[in-house]
Amino acid sequence: MKSETGFDHALYDRFPTEARPDGEVRDLERIWASPKGWRRLTAVNNNYVGFWYIVTAFGFFLAAGVLALGMRIQLAAPMQDVLGVDTYNQFFTMHGTVMMFLFAVPAVEAIGIMLLPQMLAARDLPFPRLSAYAYWAYFVGGTMFFLSLFVGLAPDGGWFMYPPLTSIAFSPGINTDFWLLGIGFIEISAIAGAIEIIVGVLRTRAPGMTLDKMPMFAWAMLVFAVMIVVAFPSVILCTMLLEIERAFNWPFFDATRGGDPLLWQHLFWFFGHPEVYIIFIPAAGLMSMMVATVAQTELVGYRLNVLALVATGFISFGVWAHHMFATDMPRVSAGYFSAASMAVSLPAGIQVFCWIATLASGKIRWSTPALFVVGSVVIFTMGGLTGVMVGMVPFDWQAHDTYFIVAHLHYVLMGGMVFPMFAAFYHWHGMTSSRALSDHVGRWVFWLMFAGLHITFFPMHLSGLMGMPRRIYTYMPGRDLDLLNLISTIGAFIMAAGILLFLIDCTRRFRFTVDNDVGNLYGGGTLEWLPTGLYSTRSIPVITSREPLWDRPDLPREVAEGRYFLPNSATGHRETLITSPLFAEPQYVQLMPGPSAWPLSAAIFTAGFFLSLTVQAYAFAIFCGLVAVVSTLRWVWETDRPIKQDRADIGAGIEMPIAITGPQSHGWWALNTLLVVVGMIGFMALFAYFYLSGINGEVWQTPPPLGETVVILGVEALALLGAWGGRRVLALRSGRMAEDLPWIIQAAAAALLTGALWLDVTGWLESGLHPTESGMGATVFMLSVLQGQVVAVAIVMAIYLAFREARGIMTTPTNVTMDIVGRFIGYCAIQGMVFTLVPRIFPGG
Amino acid sequence: MIDALWGWPPPVLDPAGPYADKVTTLAWALFGMGVVVTAIVCAALWLAVRGSPRMKALIGGERTIWIGGIAFPGVVLLGLLVWGLTLTASLTQPIRGDEMRIRITGEMWWFRVQYLNADGDIVMEDANELHLPVGVPVVLELEGADVIHSFWVPHLSGKKDMIPGRRTLLRVQADRPGEFGGLCAEYCGSQHALMGFVAIAHKESDWQTWFDDRTTRVARTEMLAETAPPDAMPYPGDAAAYPMELGTLERYDARRGMRLFMESGCAACHRIAGTEANGLAGPDLTHVGSRRSLGAGILPNNRGTMMGWIGDSQSIKPGNRMPSYDVLSAEDIGHIAAFLELQK
Repeated sequence: MKSETGFDHALYDRFPTEARPDGEVRDLERIWASPKGWRRLTAVNNNYVGFWYIVTAFGFFLAAGVLALGMRIQLAAPMQDVLGVDTYNQFFTMHGTVMMFLFAVPAVEAIGIMLLPQMLAARDLPFPRLSAYAYWAYFVGGTMFFLSLFVGLAPDGGWFMYPPLTSIAFSPGINTDFWLLGIGFIEISAIAGAIEIIVGVLRTRAPGMTLDKMPMFAWAMLVFAVMIVVAFPSVILCTMLLEIERAFNWPFFDATRGGDPLLWQHLFWFFGHPEVYIIFIPAAGLMSMMVATVAQTELVGYRLNVLALVATGFISFGVWAHHMFATDMPRVSAGYFSAASMAVSLPAGIQVFCWIATLASGKIRWSTPALFVVGSVVIFTMGGLTGVMVGMVPFDWQAHDTYFIVAHLHYVLMGGMVFPMFAAFYHWHGMTSSRALSDHVGRWVFWLMFAGLHITFFPMHLSGLMGMPRRIYTYMPGRDLDLLNLISTIGAFIMAAGILLFLIDCTRRFRFTVDNDVGNLYGGGTLEWLPTGLYSTRSIPVITSREPLWDRPDLPREVAEGRYFLPNSATGHRETLITSPLFAEPQYVQLMPGPSAWPLSAAIFTAGFFLSLTVQAYAFAIFCGLVAVVSTLRWVWETDRPIKQDRADIGAGIEMPIAITGPQSHGWWALNTLLVVVGMIGFMALFAYFYLSGINGEVWQTPPPLGETVVILGVEALALLGAWGGRRVLALRSGRMAEDLPWIIQAAAAALLTGALWLDVTGWLESGLHPTESGMGATVFMLSVLQGQVVAVAIVMAIYLAFREARGIMTTPTNVTMDIVGRFIGYCAIQGMVFTLVPRIFPGG
Repeated sequence: MIDALWGWPPPVLDPAGPYADKVTTLAWALFGMGVVVTAIVCAALWLAVRGSPRMKALIGGERTIWIGGIAFPGVVLLGLLVWGLTLTASLTQPIRGDEMRIRITGEMWWFRVQYLNADGDIVMEDANELHLPVGVPVVLELEGADVIHSFWVPHLSGKKDMIPGRRTLLRVQADRPGEFGGLCAEYCGSQHALMGFVAIAHKESDWQTWFDDRTTRVARTEMLAETAPPDAMPYPGDAAAYPMELGTLERYDARRGMRLFMESGCAACHRIAGTEANGLAGPDLTHVGSRRSLGAGILPNNRGTMMGWIGDSQSIKPGNRMPSYDVLSAEDIGHIAAFLELQK
């Protein structure tokens, strides 16, 4: 194999080395030890954060499930008044929102944080504090959001929140704001998690674990994270638009002033449909791994399966408008979206038959996870088939927004995500519990859930065809709907009984542990089953196959004896090995931050910020916002702390640099991923501009004069030059102190960005455009809002840079913080140019 | 009417016109496909787990994926797609422009129905009921007055959204007389569940009689109202149009009902052609007496339900835009109901 980075593959032959001294394990234990007592909350290690994450997500699953039971009681008979209309509407809105945003996405992200480092034999994910922040933002924000239900302030516009129903005219209460801002920090935590996972999967794999030896779950998580990065910006933007429309009366969705209600639907479903695959893909990855373990043979069609995952990710971005077939879209568009919706079921078919072929090529060992795996194939297939049906436009016109769809989506999500998740819980709980759950009870859990699912949801196909629309709090008596609904309600309680049984077994047997686990209950062959402590594996093995534990029975012992990479702490700090993205060749040793209260504080005050905005406590919101920013900066401050040592022995006499900068560094990768997110938000905002100009061109007016545009572009170009120049000057100072000039240049660039934005905004105002008056005003000034956000961040960054210089921790010739600030400011300048130029040269109308 | 809303046989599978008919055929084909493919997957799973070693060896390779996961679904999906696209195209033929037009506007939480003439002017207004001639294609102009609603009469056609700021067109045609229930299918707020509708198909000649009767009678009533002295609050009709004995024999007096209707605020939101009641916010009540239901398809239309609705609509359909007139005595409400009953 050709080397990717110049690393000599012959060096792998030095492993396994001789056994290392035992004292090194005690060093690792000391360095990776987690804080005790209350300070445990400041832990950032994935064993803790991942576990908390899973428990919290599962808690929300139960809570949203209870809401569903409430709804089923209300619908058990016609014209009941158990919940009442307002409560029912809040229940179904919260059920959907909580299941999608507080359970499904966080749950798969949680499983990723829990399993990925061990599966890749990394010490931890590359940004443990970011994981902790993502978790706490989700925990605090999600809990507060859910509690709104108990004071009757929960949103009631459906999880899809279509304006104008959710506009201020028809939803004057703050219920809707709770949804919009509540979703805000969940978006933040999803994006944070996605960045973490992308960099983790691409850069922290064990040496030799090339892309085609990666566990299927890692592939799935990579696709998942990339999809979040592309899809979530759309929902971030549309929640911002709606909140701005509600708070400041900018008419994005108001048809009377040149907005359009369908703009929301395009933006929402551009996120909303990929969201389904975002949930499904990681679960499919888990399925592929469990199928192999259940059958005790390697996955048949590994490459086809990878192809299927990637294809699903791609195609899922081309199907969003199949939620809008009934909006009278042009025939050609309907045809395209119908075709794409059919196409996306092909990769699903590939995966289903991969699993069937794998089961056939091995010998199945029946167990609880095996039952859940096989059960979910059946359920998912049924849901997929009704999906094909509603992908047919004429049939969708009938089935759309009826209980047929309720049945379809629950089959897909239960078969595609919930059942695999239960399977995964049984399959992997040995990693984190000191006692095993009962397999006997587990089978009861499965059969109750499996039967309950069909009894609940199968009749709904029929009630939909009989004319029962979705989201109704009651229905008329005297027709056969009564019976179907009663059956569904009974089924829901059977399923709930299964989940209750699972909970009982968990309380009786599950005992959390980080170092005394029961281990590999079902004979899995991947690295997470190596002996581990908080530091993950003692040493990081060289990988030569997809199921190393099956192929090399001695591997666990050799790893535990420290006979591979990084058998000790090479620097005396927490660290992990960064490898190259394709072939996983060792590149450098990354220093990892340890426990800290700052991510926790940043998260609490981020949530506080959004919640006080919701209840219109603006002063307190500003306070929370400031504390959150300071906490974040304080946490980041500690993560770029240069140490004297610049090279380390990573085992067998191989030396690697420590904490490098530039395109090879993991920080650079994370920043680029973040910039994709920011860029996508801007891209979607430009889409909104063009979309409205196409629909309501009559409210479009002439842009400011060209000369002004040229001046603004010139200022932005100067800022771009500054962003580059700051880093250049720093490089010229190689070997000396950094001094003030580099940060002053960056600060000047940030100031230029502010000036350019000011010129742009005042130019539009002088031309007579106003954000509240037309769809054009709203979308043009929305671009300014987005630019204002990044400029504000750029200013904070420049000040932060000055502080670091003042403390003398600006290394020369390159520095990670300087790199990041410079690149970010450069990005802001480019975004500013695009935002200035586009509406001024494409005036629409 | 209420019975016509939902239920057995499933209206999606019980088409009453050409725009629903072809979709029903497609639906049956799709269900068949679903059953067959589910059976194939379950059988493959069964053989993979329980099959003979020879069978397992046959299934346990990449060939299974190529056949079962790529070739087979590829062919099925392609076939379906072609069918779906052809059918979509045939159901969305461009509208000629000379069809009969009826405008239906979704409001929170009822449907405004306006019959248009060839010039697009409104000639008659009604609510929550659509009368159609059998065998005649009708173009519905769908609009949303406040939020997004969706118009759905499954016996006649698939649904189409009613979007504020847009006008969507939906073609329907009934091929047999009958009553076909419909509903709002897009979540539109609190009382989305109780937003029903009925389409009534008449034989073409019956429909024409019905339509002429309605339009001409309105014209006559208008004329009467114009000639009547305003202070006398006349009963809007004559002996030929309304059997007077109803108003005289019974306990409630439609004339007093009319005065109450005009003075208690009803007229601010409701219109009755030929009277000074010209409110536009609520349903037009010119023909309320002949409607099959009240409250957008949720109550049968009779004296008792009408009184109940006027006096306490908020407990029947909480949050609806009409306040409960519990300030009026039961007696007064009875008079109003008697008056409304006569507005046929």
